[in-house]
Amino acid sequence: MAVYRRSYKPYSGGLTATWSRCFVLFRYSRRNLFRSKFMTALFVICFFWPLICLSMIYLAHSASFLQQMGLPAGVLSIDNKFFFQFMSVQGVFAFLLTAFAGPGLISPDLANGALPLYFCRPFSRVEYVLGKSSVLAILLSQITWVPGLVLFIMQASLAGPSWAWNNLWIAGSLVLSSLLWIAILSLLAMALSAWVKWRIVAGALLLGVMFFGAGFAQAINGVMRTEWGHFFNVAYLMGTVWNGLFQVDSEHAIPVAQAWIALLVYCTICLGLLMRKVRAYEVIK
Amino acid sequence: MSTTVQRGAASGEIEQTPPAAPLSPLVEMQGLSVQFGNREILCGLTASLRGRSIGLLGPNGAGKSTLINTLLGFYKSSAGSARVFGYDVGTEIRKIRGLVGYMPENDAFISKMNAVSFVQMMGELSGLPPDMALERAHEALFYVGLAEARYRPLGTYSLGMKQLAKLAQAIVHGPKLLILDEPTNGLDPSARQRMIRMIKDIRDGKEMRIVLCSHLLRDVEDTCDEVLILKQGRIAHYSNLDEERRANKRFLELETYGANGDFTEAIEKLGCECAVTANRMKMILAGGVETRDIFRLAAERQVRIRRMNFRRDTLEDIFLKAMES
Repeated sequence: MAVYRRSYKPYSGGLTATWSRCFVLFRYSRRNLFRSKFMTALFVICFFWPLICLSMIYLAHSASFLQQMGLPAGVLSIDNKFFFQFMSVQGVFAFLLTAFAGPGLISPDLANGALPLYFCRPFSRVEYVLGKSSVLAILLSQITWVPGLVLFIMQASLAGPSWAWNNLWIAGSLVLSSLLWIAILSLLAMALSAWVKWRIVAGALLLGVMFFGAGFAQAINGVMRTEWGHFFNVAYLMGTVWNGLFQVDSEHAIPVAQAWIALLVYCTICLGLLMRKVRAYEVIK
Repeated sequence: MSTTVQRGAASGEIEQTPPAAPLSPLVEMQGLSVQFGNREILCGLTASLRGRSIGLLGPNGAGKSTLINTLLGFYKSSAGSARVFGYDVGTEIRKIRGLVGYMPENDAFISKMNAVSFVQMMGELSGLPPDMALERAHEALFYVGLAEARYRPLGTYSLGMKQLAKLAQAIVHGPKLLILDEPTNGLDPSARQRMIRMIKDIRDGKEMRIVLCSHLLRDVEDTCDEVLILKQGRIAHYSNLDEERRANKRFLELETYGANGDFTEAIEKLGCECAVTANRMKMILAGGVETRDIFRLAAERQVRIRRMNFRRDTLEDIFLKAMES
């Protein structure tokens, strides 16, 4: 109990801009996230592969190193396949990071009935979802397209402007492929956590959607002798889109355009599920 | 509720506080209806609530919480309209929410946060700058009596402490209207007393107007000056409690010195029902009979009135009448 009693004072000062209030959620959620040592460790581990890639770019342009190792010049080619490999590995880390961080963003609010406290203020559902998803978006950006662009700039500075000009589309592919993966992962993680309201179960469900989805897709393909089962495999769809974006030769059962559409449909469904659950009070009709 | 008049009062009238200047309408409803599926929860509510502290009463399922949630824009109205501080609930909900502090009925907190961070975050979401939100979070927690527990995670709080934390987050940004949904739910008697005292303190501070939703008559009676009674989604009764009490001065209890049968007879001649035990008299005042008449009769017969208690209609009586209607 208070040692002394204070009286209530009204507030008459200025207010912050309305648009800035979803960053409040971002700040608090991110602070909560990094209270976990495991999260911090995982985030640091996510930068190992970009560092290795950075070293490879440097070594690919280091004639003395190649000479010392007895390797011919051009053995380490920094091209679209290199960046595709970079994205493939970082995509896995992005998934792991989402599986750990994503479900904890919304489920505690739902489990503890905190949503009415947010929405009784001048703060909308859209701002809430934006604020929460920005945590994942910025976190995953830091390990996907941001280091990807750093690698691209590093390669461009070492290989010269002509390489940069000829391969500018790779930078675009890096950003676009990352943003699509971030959108899918963020929405999926938040939609699942909003529906199960239990962080651990939501994390397990996210893993299940990815791994059991792949198994289910294979089962459908096997039983029905079709390729349509791949539409249940989010990772496969993403791989198809990435192959298209990075122009990597690979055979895929689904056309790239259809994979794009399927992923956008997944995003829309997740958004719909999310908006259905993110309400001050659920109305049971 | 009773009022005691000491012997020697200059007149027979109860001393009344002068009526306060009328307040601007807080909530105006015009045929407000809310429907979930085929079930109508609120049916055509029409009222203009003006009190400083308004109680929403009704049995469970009467639509009290639904009304509050509709005024906060959580539920859409199926017909009619509602305005809070003159702003339309359907189109200007953001402005309304900027003026409102809300304490929900159920558990509402973020378990891993401590109370200071929680209240600060809620203040920032209401538009306070971070440094001001932090300062006011401390002040609000001191005010509600959670000063020493303010750095503890909310998940470790007792029910009473969670209620206080909810109250702190509702007042941190200095709202003009405080909506309290069952604020004393699950509290032990001392915690309930503390909560009621705080609500009274806020009400008497006159910085905020209060809408208190409860099914506990005592809470409403203790803290509200107006009451809206809902029954099955309809308004069963709406009244100013003070006026209601003034209009129901029916029961009178006297403690006298020197009274005899003559005095009792005189009172009965006025049409009042009277029961006498030793030097105490209980009576039901007839229509048109005022307390000054009793004083006059006593003065004529040299009877000294040592104590006079008015037993007015309690909120329970009003509520029961509304439920029977």
